[in-house]
Amino acid sequence: MKPRHKRIALILGGLAAIGVASTLVFQALDSNVAFFITPTEFTEGKAPQGKAFRVGGMVREGSIRRDNLTVHFVITDTAKEVPVVYTGILPDLFKEGKGAVVQGRVGADGVFTATEVLAKHDENYTPPHAQHAIDQAQSTAKTLKQ
Amino acid sequence: MSNRLISWFKYASPQSFYPLAGRMIPWFWALTAVFGVIGLWVSFFVAPTDFQQGEGYRIIFIHVPAAWMSMFLYVVMATWAGLGLALNTRLSGMMAQAIAPTGALMAFLSLWTGALWGKPMWGAWWVWDARLTSALILFFLYIGFIALQAAIDDARRADKAGAILALVGVVNVPIIYFSVKWWNTLHQGSTINLAKAPSMATTMLWGMLLMALAFWMYSIAVALTRVRAIILEREAHTEWVKDLNEVKA
Repeated sequence: MKPRHKRIALILGGLAAIGVASTLVFQALDSNVAFFITPTEFTEGKAPQGKAFRVGGMVREGSIRRDNLTVHFVITDTAKEVPVVYTGILPDLFKEGKGAVVQGRVGADGVFTATEVLAKHDENYTPPHAQHAIDQAQSTAKTLKQ
Repeated sequence: MSNRLISWFKYASPQSFYPLAGRMIPWFWALTAVFGVIGLWVSFFVAPTDFQQGEGYRIIFIHVPAAWMSMFLYVVMATWAGLGLALNTRLSGMMAQAIAPTGALMAFLSLWTGALWGKPMWGAWWVWDARLTSALILFFLYIGFIALQAAIDDARRADKAGAILALVGVVNVPIIYFSVKWWNTLHQGSTINLAKAPSMATTMLWGMLLMALAFWMYSIAVALTRVRAIILEREAHTEWVKDLNEVKA
């Protein structure tokens, strides 16, 4: 083996070792890397006790109820739900049926009091009339199925 | 060596690469201008308004190309650094050193435009989710590489130390790329990937690809300009540099 080949082998071996090590580290860190937990995880008791945490999901259709600056709504992952109350300014993209991440604590009554509400938008970009056409096609398909 | 069509090792020597780079630079600047002008025109005037985010989404035409380049340039930089470490070629280390500042610029641009985009859409300039945090680490890796190289006086030793840092940091690139898939993040998933058709209107996609091409050409032009300066600096003691017209003048 020439010294050059030795160095190449050393570099490739080193890279493989770093890859394996970081994979193991991230597997161990898995739950800590998540930015938020889902309502299902929340009901399973995976929320940290006595600490503020984040729950993310969809704002359930028809769940937004406004009371001056205070907003009540429900975060859902379609399986489980978390009722949320928040006082403050909401981001523009905060809408029913859209993604949101809330940060705060759960009170004794099981209602999540949020100190911060973030809107989570998806990776789809399209002009308004195209979205309208997609919505229509989907509702037609639904009607046809029934 | 003589039976090869192109003798690659010839261009691994700074002496023959210096004039080659000089001839290529104007072409890459011209391509930057062409792609940049068409790309900006498509981005601002042709691409439609988004159904959800209105006009604000248009920052994507800078944000995504910058983020792509920041990751891609890191891989290129680390590859040059690794080649230099393995083959002891002088030019490799110079290429790595020349790419680093442009990579850092791209990483900074992606973070900055991301913050400007995040505030109106998400409601926050910054969150510590996996995507944003790993992108910030990429920026620090670039800064660390530049600082480490600058801290060591002997250029060849600086190259070696930098190469190890660059190679270790490579592990961060797939983490950035897949972070939105592996973990819950506030950052949305990728619009363009190999597994599915892009989920964006065709003209928007064209705008983004043209801007990405413009960023590519700019990065190549700047890196070549910088590597020429580095060659002159490091080879200043050699006869061929002393004989250059631009050095004599």
